[in-house]
Amino acid sequence: MNTFKNQNLRRYLWPCIGLLALLVINAIIAPEFFQIEFKDGRFYGSLIDVLNRAAPVALLAIGMSLVIATAGVDLSVGSIMAIAGAVSAYYITKGVDNLALIIGAGLIAGLIAGIANGFLVGYMSIQPIVATLILMVAGRGIAQLINEGQIVTFDHPGFAFLGTGSFLGLPFPVVLVIITFAIVQLLTRRTALGLYIEAVGANPSASHYMGLNAKAIKMSVYCVAALCAALAGMIAAADIRGSDANNAGLWLELDAILAVVIGGASLMGGRFSIFLAIIGALIIQTLTVTIILSGIPPKFNLLIKASAIILVLLLQSPLFQKQLAQLKFRKSSPTNNTSVNGNNKETKNA
Amino acid sequence: MLNRKLIPLAVTCCLFFLLFGVGSIQFEGFGTPRVFFNLLSDNAFLIIAAVGMTFVILSGGIDLSVGAVIALTGVVCSVLISKYQWHPLLVFPVVLIGGTAFGAIMGAIIHYYKMQPFIVTLAGMFFARGLASVISEESIPIEHEFYNDVSAFGFEILGDAWIGSSTIICLMVLVVAIIAAHYTRFGGRVYAIGGDANSSALMGIPLAATTIHIYAISSFLATLAGIVYSFYTFSGYSLAAVGVELDAIAAVVIGGTLLTGGYGYMFGTLMGVLIMGVVQTYISFDGTLSSWWTKIVIGGLLFCFIALQQVLVRVKPR
Repeated sequence: MNTFKNQNLRRYLWPCIGLLALLVINAIIAPEFFQIEFKDGRFYGSLIDVLNRAAPVALLAIGMSLVIATAGVDLSVGSIMAIAGAVSAYYITKGVDNLALIIGAGLIAGLIAGIANGFLVGYMSIQPIVATLILMVAGRGIAQLINEGQIVTFDHPGFAFLGTGSFLGLPFPVVLVIITFAIVQLLTRRTALGLYIEAVGANPSASHYMGLNAKAIKMSVYCVAALCAALAGMIAAADIRGSDANNAGLWLELDAILAVVIGGASLMGGRFSIFLAIIGALIIQTLTVTIILSGIPPKFNLLIKASAIILVLLLQSPLFQKQLAQLKFRKSSPTNNTSVNGNNKETKNA
Repeated sequence: MLNRKLIPLAVTCCLFFLLFGVGSIQFEGFGTPRVFFNLLSDNAFLIIAAVGMTFVILSGGIDLSVGAVIALTGVVCSVLISKYQWHPLLVFPVVLIGGTAFGAIMGAIIHYYKMQPFIVTLAGMFFARGLASVISEESIPIEHEFYNDVSAFGFEILGDAWIGSSTIICLMVLVVAIIAAHYTRFGGRVYAIGGDANSSALMGIPLAATTIHIYAISSFLATLAGIVYSFYTFSGYSLAAVGVELDAIAAVVIGGTLLTGGYGYMFGTLMGVLIMGVVQTYISFDGTLSSWWTKIVIGGLLFCFIALQQVLVRVKPR
């Protein structure tokens, strides 16, 4: 029991330390980073900006962490964002004024996409990467079809509030992330659902013999992921007051997966922490800000991100941990070895 | 009765001729050798990349770095040729060796650290695109006599059909790949690993060497595809060829290769690319259909072929 607790603590420790370290670096290179102003009923400052910009990826990461916990992956969330944005823009330009109707339409579009993904993965047992690849390819086409190939702009103050409004001083996207987090966390940790999801990911056949309906559970996680993506898509559309089928949510599926991985989840499934996935999303956004603040040209962004993924993955790999431990051991002992050392360098360069 | 292994391939071939036939009946000038050979020359880089992807998918893996490697190749070529005045014939071996090493490193990480190919090649994709944009964010033109000569090289057959240098390269790659996949020991090992990695390890197949070779080949071919791509564009741009990896995967699947590995034909991949090309050509001939229909149709085709694979796997007699 004690070791279990220790493990759990370690799991939470590393991502949080990573985020703190980045924040400290930011504070050192730009002392104004932590300044927060209260103006016109809402907070302003770099920190709030990080939260606000991380919101879409954080929403995607909430859904993605559930999907990854079942040993799946959802590549279509970026396209679902585009579809949801396009659908809500379509209804606004058609003269629908009822905010609930507009948001509902976007969410239903997302739900349909999620059901399609869940059906392919759960009921047709197609590999998740491939099943969601279909919608990733076709989804942008569908969004363009709804937009008729244009960038549809709209003017609807109520809908724009989703992206640019504020509530209790916080930007509204951040509030939406908190609400979604609370709902999903309650659903998964205060009911047995979370345990079921982890069981399906950890050992599908064992959970089948236990009497779990793996198909329905997979269906439900893809639906949650798609709903989160639809919400993120509407935030993105509300933010720019327009729907751009080509660029809305482009590559965000990769950021979402990265956020979940940084949060310490294994891609083999079996465990998840929504909180850590959100921390992961914050780390990605803070890292972007750190790169800007430190004066490194933004073109290095991707290269640094790639190095970060490899580093996090290596740190998770048992073999690398062993090699690292060996390295420490050998360093303290007089016999020096170069082979392990060289090996490590090589993989880090990759 | 047709060998059931050949059913997906047969369906793919029939579908290609059906689409081509419908186009020929509907539009004047569609059913000509010229249009057919244009399919090959327009998609030569995609065929080369998809052949590499076929090896990876046959072994049960996936390579998401293909498009990024194509872009990186273009950028490196253009910088070396235009800025440093290297001769292209010197540049090509350098980038090909570099690309192969890149793939080998990814393969080594996948094998030795037991990571999923999906996430390692995803990092590889970020890395290659990142490196390309660090080298140059702007598009760099390639100006060299040799490039013009190679690009213009070719001959006419069957009246007005044109076989260019890119078509020749892509057909050569295809022939070598068919021989390598179906008639060599290496090919057998790729299929065996895709069928069951554990059993093949127990059989004594060198997993490490084979995995590293597979990803090295995929990146080598992606680099070659990048060189061929630069024959069309005469430039290197870090955001070129976005999404080519997905097109390549789609082509492999439509070509009848099973995504779980161990099952499929190189020739099918060619047909997969040609079907995607024919859909695009059909849409451009029609004129009233918008370009986004290409994406939707390819998504639909992907779904149909994956569903077909599932049915075939399930009905399989034990």
